[in-house]
Amino acid sequence: MLSVTGISKTFPGVRALDGVDFTARAGEVHALIGENGAGKSTLIKVLTGVYRPDPGEGTMTYDGAEAAFATPLEAQHAGISTIYQEVNLVPLMSVARNLFLGREPRGRLGLIDFRRMHRAADEALRELGVRVDVRRPLRELGVGAQQMVALARAVSVDARVVIMDEPTSSLEPREVRTLFGVIRMLRERGIAVVYVSHRLEELYEICDAVTVLRDGRAVHTGPMAGLDRLRLVSLMLGREAGEVREEGRTEFTGGHQVTDAEPVLSARKLTARHHLREVGLDVRPGEVVGLGGLLGSGRSGTAKAIAGALPLDSGTVVVAGAPVRTGSTPAAIRAGISLLPEDRKAEGIVPGLSVRENIALAALPRLSRFGLVDEARIDRIVDTFIQRLRIKAAGPHQKVGELSGGNQQKVLLARWLAMHPKVLLLDEPTRGIDVGAKAEVQRLIDELAADGLGVLLISSDMEELIEGADRIVVLKDGAVVEELTGEAVTADRLMRAIATAPVGGPA
Amino acid sequence: MTQLTLGRVTADRDRLRRLLQDYGVYLGVAVLLLVNVAFTPHFLSAENFRTQAVQVAPVLIVALGMALAIGTEGVDLSVGSVMALATSLVSLYLGYGPWIALLVAVAGGLVVGLANGSLIAFVGVQPIVATLALMVAGRGLALVLLPQLKQVHDPGMAALGSGAVLGVPYLVLIAAGLALLTAFVVRRTTFGRQLLALGDSRPAARLAGLPVRRVLILVYAASGAFAAVAGVLATARLTASDPTSLGTLMELSAITAVVVGGTPLSGGRVRIGGTVAGAVLIQLLTATLIKHDLPPSWTQIAQAVVIVLAVYAARERGKR
Repeated sequence: MLSVTGISKTFPGVRALDGVDFTARAGEVHALIGENGAGKSTLIKVLTGVYRPDPGEGTMTYDGAEAAFATPLEAQHAGISTIYQEVNLVPLMSVARNLFLGREPRGRLGLIDFRRMHRAADEALRELGVRVDVRRPLRELGVGAQQMVALARAVSVDARVVIMDEPTSSLEPREVRTLFGVIRMLRERGIAVVYVSHRLEELYEICDAVTVLRDGRAVHTGPMAGLDRLRLVSLMLGREAGEVREEGRTEFTGGHQVTDAEPVLSARKLTARHHLREVGLDVRPGEVVGLGGLLGSGRSGTAKAIAGALPLDSGTVVVAGAPVRTGSTPAAIRAGISLLPEDRKAEGIVPGLSVRENIALAALPRLSRFGLVDEARIDRIVDTFIQRLRIKAAGPHQKVGELSGGNQQKVLLARWLAMHPKVLLLDEPTRGIDVGAKAEVQRLIDELAADGLGVLLISSDMEELIEGADRIVVLKDGAVVEELTGEAVTADRLMRAIATAPVGGPA
Repeated sequence: MTQLTLGRVTADRDRLRRLLQDYGVYLGVAVLLLVNVAFTPHFLSAENFRTQAVQVAPVLIVALGMALAIGTEGVDLSVGSVMALATSLVSLYLGYGPWIALLVAVAGGLVVGLANGSLIAFVGVQPIVATLALMVAGRGLALVLLPQLKQVHDPGMAALGSGAVLGVPYLVLIAAGLALLTAFVVRRTTFGRQLLALGDSRPAARLAGLPVRRVLILVYAASGAFAAVAGVLATARLTASDPTSLGTLMELSAITAVVVGGTPLSGGRVRIGGTVAGAVLIQLLTATLIKHDLPPSWTQIAQAVVIVLAVYAARERGKR
């Protein structure tokens, strides 16, 4: 139905897609999977006309003829519908109006024939097993029902290809069942479905074929049935089981001096709707605990919850024996928790401020007297950290936005170290930074652990996780599935843990 | 090679634009001064300078608070109404003496500012909407308190409005003092640094544990208090309270002064010196056109041109 051959997409400095082949067949549900930055979203955007592929490389065919969509609208008119994670409908308009937006049934005088529209909307939704009052504004519906409306819209515009980007990420189990029913119906109607998700159970349940993307390439395409789970995980993570070298690939020395002391951090039963289910973990002083799992398994959510940046439904966080109020960043910071967020540019640095102001930011109240900033003390601290972390900047007054990724990360580390934290939560500390800076950051993590800090490390880089962590807590669908300690901290065991079905079934 | 030179040329142009953005407003003031010295009769007199300075003082004071709000990527539209509220309160409480009246008026401005800040920080209302609501409510309240124009006959107020020290009017001294104070707060206090950080990146400020809500509330409270002071000073100068017209369109003049002064609407930066120059620039522009007998509509067109130029100069920063 819709296929691309040898397609590429280059952004300045990045080759997001590199000669990718992908075919969505009529009456087939095709899984598209890969880790962050593998090229999934780029491929979807090429398929739906948001991006144009690099000219002169590869071809795109649709319905047997060569095709090129100049705009998303063109792709939509041709019959390609996309349902994004965040529903992109008009929340204030009624369900029926959303369904028929831009193609409302007209009566005489060209006015909208509301009665006909409401009837048709009701029928369309009923067909999908959804019963709602189509006159109500869309925003009054639950997320699942909203997604159903988006789906109904896709189906009713005579879509021939439906692309779903993580449709289940915010659905209740019951809603997932309804969704799967609808997907099966689409398949029977001969519609080609492209399904993006990280939940292995879902892939095995609903998909017929799978394409795995990694670093902008399609590394595997084939039927879903008969594909070994472990093999699928290793394809996604880019490591053959047992292939991961466990020495010398990173700057980690491994084996920190972990004392039998009381945990500096213990989190218990952290629960947040759609994110975490009773996640618990301990970090002892001087220990580096890794968080393993696929994208969307709840790694970042766990870190954010501990740092007070993700509101919790229930659960407790205890630092050095004292309970910490959850859901409050200042409270967590006061207790000695520091988070290096995953999205460094958006949530970490303050790009317009200088290196100096960025380093001093969190510690400002401690570096002030009666609200007046003590410039001399800041200068001393900033100088110390610029030297200790070897931050390469034109000077302390250069804007952080102008630094390289590695140096930005070091500035953030300095910001937190200036707070003398007890626990450091590092979410992808070395992603997107150059090799040299990566090695330095890894060495630094070792040093900090040696100084007695508790470190929680999240990394999609398997070597980094295996070699850096003394222990790995494996997450899946927002819950802890296994904990690897000592000799068991190997790539093989980690991938097996990820591939194994969780006890409680899918979230 | 061409690539290389091209790169250098764009770098040079970037630098030029940045210079223009940072110091263009001073250049504008200088040019206007020179033009006036050359072409406007009696421009170079102490009396004329005094008049100009007294006229610009209330606008500048309002603009100082506005600069703080804009620095947090917000805006305060209620300033004009706060001036009106302040003038009503001054009139009503003058019986208790000018000091009490002044304190009550400033307290009124603070309350409006706190309401703005709470709506923004706790309820999560967009600054433009929250302060628009208070803009309407504030003027309404001012008119309820004092339904029509009232002359102010108070020696204290009269002295405040027209008195001077060593030839410098009180109004100008107060405006200058507040400008220095604001610049100091922005540069040297924890509050100032936190304000800039949260204006530049709200998510980063939050994750760094900054007291985002407290800073926002304080910013709007300060803006309200400044506007109230401006309202009191305007009342003193006019020796009348006119809640119907005092401060109308003041929010636009203040925003213009701030933006022309090089403070970007995208937040993260507050230029107090630039704001002072921006207010002076607009005052001079208006005065020049009036002195040369051009109709008032021309003033508005000229202001529009200045705003467009300022926004054009700031363009690159927004894109980054």
